[in-house]
Amino acid sequence: MNKHETPMLDQLESGEWPSFISGFKRLRDEHPEKRINEVANSLLGQLEHSYETRKGYWKGGTVSVFGYGGGIIPRFSEVGHAFPESKEFHTLRVQPPAGNFYTTSMLRQLADSWEKYGSGLQTFHGQTGNIMFIGTTTENTQHFFDEINEYGWDLGGAGPCVRTAMSCIGAARCEMSCAHEHKIHRLLVNNFTDDVHRPALPYKFKFKVSGCPNDCQNAIERADMAVIGTWRDDIQIDEAEVAAFIAKKGRQYVIDNVITRCPTSCMTLSDDDKLSVDNRNCVRCMHCLNVMPKALHPGKDHGVTILIGGKRTLKIGDLMGTVVVPFKKLETDEDYESLVELAEETIDFFAENALEHERTGEMIERIGLVNFLEGIGIDVDPNMVAEPRQCSYVRMDTWDEEAAKWFERKAEAG
Amino acid sequence: MAMHSRQPIESGCPDGFQYMHPTMVKNYGQWKYHEHPQPGVLKHVAYSGEEIWTVRAGTQRILDVFTLRKLCDIGDKFADGYVHFTIRSNIEYMVADGSKVAPLIKELTDNGFIVGGTKNSVAMISHTQGWLHCDIPGTDASGVVKSMMDELIDEFRTNTMPNRVHITTSCCQINCGGQGDIAINVQHTKPPKINHDLVANVCERPSVVARCPVAAIRPAMVNGKPSLEVDEKKCICCGACFPPCPPMQINDAENSKLAIWVGGNHSNARSKPTFQRLVASGVPNNPPRWPEATAIVKKILKVYKEDAKDWERINDWIERIGWPRFFELTNLPFTKFHIDNWRGARRSLNSSTHIRF
Repeated sequence: MNKHETPMLDQLESGEWPSFISGFKRLRDEHPEKRINEVANSLLGQLEHSYETRKGYWKGGTVSVFGYGGGIIPRFSEVGHAFPESKEFHTLRVQPPAGNFYTTSMLRQLADSWEKYGSGLQTFHGQTGNIMFIGTTTENTQHFFDEINEYGWDLGGAGPCVRTAMSCIGAARCEMSCAHEHKIHRLLVNNFTDDVHRPALPYKFKFKVSGCPNDCQNAIERADMAVIGTWRDDIQIDEAEVAAFIAKKGRQYVIDNVITRCPTSCMTLSDDDKLSVDNRNCVRCMHCLNVMPKALHPGKDHGVTILIGGKRTLKIGDLMGTVVVPFKKLETDEDYESLVELAEETIDFFAENALEHERTGEMIERIGLVNFLEGIGIDVDPNMVAEPRQCSYVRMDTWDEEAAKWFERKAEAG
Repeated sequence: MAMHSRQPIESGCPDGFQYMHPTMVKNYGQWKYHEHPQPGVLKHVAYSGEEIWTVRAGTQRILDVFTLRKLCDIGDKFADGYVHFTIRSNIEYMVADGSKVAPLIKELTDNGFIVGGTKNSVAMISHTQGWLHCDIPGTDASGVVKSMMDELIDEFRTNTMPNRVHITTSCCQINCGGQGDIAINVQHTKPPKINHDLVANVCERPSVVARCPVAAIRPAMVNGKPSLEVDEKKCICCGACFPPCPPMQINDAENSKLAIWVGGNHSNARSKPTFQRLVASGVPNNPPRWPEATAIVKKILKVYKEDAKDWERINDWIERIGWPRFFELTNLPFTKFHIDNWRGARRSLNSSTHIRF
């Protein structure tokens, strides 16, 4: 094997942060299998070429596994003549377990399978949330999938389809959790396995679940459907722990970092160091709970807020999700079923009404939120807006009917 | 090749409980509070009184099987054999016994992994694939991140920032890296160069026309062949036409630059979620170490660290001090490009006399 010179990449081996280049070189120099040595050498050669010319040299194509249409990111080298051993270098996107948990024995089993068929490079996880097994040939894509599919792993989404979902660590470890994140995650995405594996939507559709408004999964900014845990009763205050916190950090610290930082000014520290909250005006921003996690806890009446339409820049600029369900209890089987039904309604409407390559957020921007809500059968709610309409140029000749609906709904809700 | 007939098992997303530490299964939904005994370590306590200790470590994200097995060896020998990966690709080991934490940290550190990334640190940079695997990258991802984390490593393993700092990178303007307190993203500065000989065979022309955010592309006959042309005065050089039509080459060794954005925050904590705003551009795309981009990031972090109050994220801090002061303190130039002209831009203009002097 003629080792490619990599003078630029070699410079990424110095410094304390673990070096991916050193890892590639271990595969090239130390792995017992010749195929892997050669693939790593070839990959290093092509990457060095990119560094020297400041350009990428991969093109896409069409590769999938038998029975599916997506889940693979095909890559064929445009400079394969110079770097033939990595000229086919596809990635398999594999759905991680909800919450991203693994045992070391399962990781070893996956590594063993990947070593048989692939480059020996993998990432936990890509930006959409998949395990990415990076680098194999068209033929071995199928063999690797067949092997890991037998012991419980399935492909994620790629292309215009329902994508792999993400959820935070949630109730498994976090005291802020107000939802069963992993249950929601699996119920939603596994209801759409057909739409994950066979891309046929206008564009991608992502679910992300965060257990509290800290939104560690970036759901509002990145997911077409963001499900975020919250509560609607009072923040729980442990008075002894409040006293302990003040004793440790000082009164001024609490005033400067908790009381005056509350975005709706709903916290009070009285002269006798009692902390109280105007819960009617608390917007569940999490700040005080983040500062005092021992003393303050979310309320007990848990549910979720659902926002639709978050996405990245292409094509009309970044959009955040919009509230479509301010609060939904998730306790009974029926509650969870109705959550899945909402996702079905949303995806059906999206499939029928979005333009090609348009995300849900862009579709809503184009047709207006009200048309979307009417399409999926959800009533308007003032929690859906930051503020009401400003401009008087709007036709409102059915005002009386719409106002009557509001009062009817209020009467029904009691 | 023989006809392949194995039907896939459409099992979808696996159940995480089978891989979850038994103490976490047992106390699922019953956690009471957490403490932060030291950088890189979290201690969660359940209502039952049981504890789970987490040690978080940064890795190179693209793991070779040797590194993956080394991480597994450490998990078997020094932890309880259960791991979790964070959204920023850190590995976390969970142990029920606090006395296992110190030897675990020592083993990780001895093997070159960096313990940290918790609370008010500079977290691991979330990034994309870049030249290693993407079909449309303007730059590399792993190399940029390796270079930057080498410089920011002390901020990863300590907790001296006012609040947590999430940094992201993206190799094109689609911004797969997402929103960050600081984002380093490719910014093209020239319209695509079109290879007219290839367009008719490679591109579905109506889709390419439809993809342009500013309607600058139209079908045209060039040299007797069906192709596309770009109104270069309208073109914003975003590169959106390149993925569906690779003959519209947008990546340019000299003219594809990096831009730096700040104040993206996905959390609802204190303020509503925010998107990042442009602060610097024209930064050279300079492999293998991208020193110019790192220098600007370090400058912004230094000023933030000195000037922000406890718990202020970068967006909170700038909201308090105002954008003019941000540019003054960071000594970054304010240009006409900072004034937004995209849809909805008027909301970003100052329509008041609220001005700091």
